[in-house]
Amino acid sequence: MQNYLTDRKRAQGTGAGGQGTHHHWQMMASSTALVFLVPLFVFTFAAGLGGTYEEVLAYYSRPFPAIITGLTLVVVIIHLVRETQVAIEDYVHGVAEKLSLMAVAAFGYTLIAAGLFALVKLAL
Amino acid sequence: MVQLTLPKNSRITTGKTWPKPEGATNVRKFQIYRWNPDDGQNPRVDTYFVDMDTCGPMVLDALIKIKNEIDPTLTFRRSCREGICGSCAMNIDGINTLACIYGMDEIKGDVKIYPLPHMPVVKDLIPDLTHFYAQHASIMPWLETKTNRPAKEWKQSIEDRKKLDGLYECVMCASCSTSCPSYWWNGDRYLGPAALLHAYRWIIDSRDEATGERLDELEDPFKLYRCHTIMNCAKTCPKGLNPAKAIAEIKKMMVDRAV
Repeated sequence: MQNYLTDRKRAQGTGAGGQGTHHHWQMMASSTALVFLVPLFVFTFAAGLGGTYEEVLAYYSRPFPAIITGLTLVVVIIHLVRETQVAIEDYVHGVAEKLSLMAVAAFGYTLIAAGLFALVKLAL
Repeated sequence: MVQLTLPKNSRITTGKTWPKPEGATNVRKFQIYRWNPDDGQNPRVDTYFVDMDTCGPMVLDALIKIKNEIDPTLTFRRSCREGICGSCAMNIDGINTLACIYGMDEIKGDVKIYPLPHMPVVKDLIPDLTHFYAQHASIMPWLETKTNRPAKEWKQSIEDRKKLDGLYECVMCASCSTSCPSYWWNGDRYLGPAALLHAYRWIIDSRDEATGERLDELEDPFKLYRCHTIMNCAKTCPKGLNPAKAIAEIKKMMVDRAV
């Protein structure tokens, strides 16, 4: 059946999906945010290292380290999920692609939820 | 799932080694991909020896010499011999380029010649570019106007004309698209650097009145956004063009109109 399609029909496919720019812009925005967040996270995390349990609790109850950690966690994982989505779209096709995309999103958002829960427990 | 190995009937075998030219002192070895759809055999790499003292300087000169004097069955496309028609694009010494403007002095050691990668092969060094051309046609490679005035030629400022430099020179040889891993994996849906460079050539043309429609047609995760800025296209282009920059400009226009 495929052989009876014209070359132009095959090239056009089902047309443009009408999306892509939003994803592209979101990746640009999260990349820019990470340029600032990652160094801040490294420095704030390093500053809290080596302390006793009580000292670390006290450290993360301060707003700056807690907010930087929370923001980094959320932005890194969302960025990772979006980038993984692109890699899956590149290499996996069909039903496996859809299932992989759902699995990666579920894993990513679970990771965010678990990370924020741990952070809240530390901070509050 | 992406296929990472060649199917059994595409695996390359060692082919025939043709005799060296008698009395020649300046001989160069050529290893050339051969495949004939009619003999049912796997592709092979044949070895030829060319007398460089009686051969022109370009790879195409050697191919023509081989075809004329050694093996008339060797099949390849060629026409203009000066980098204008784009017919003789092939993979030479690991680089997609035009055989007619690629000097043999640029190659160290044996000259290895294959068809453009990741395309169906018609025969020997001839790839099937049907889908590539259809993708080019799909971006409407013509001036699209809605108003019917002026009825004579449409003028363009010198500045607007300059925007087309680096775009209009593309000869559609397919070297860029076939060097792009994204095009290898998703060439059925991703338009590839050549078609996108041409799309930008018409998007940026000050006389074209279909800019919005053209951008709408590219608003797709695959048609445009499979470009991951790998830059193989810019590196390999035998005309020295930069399709990756053209694609980036399209993405910038997409963001500007949406954000």
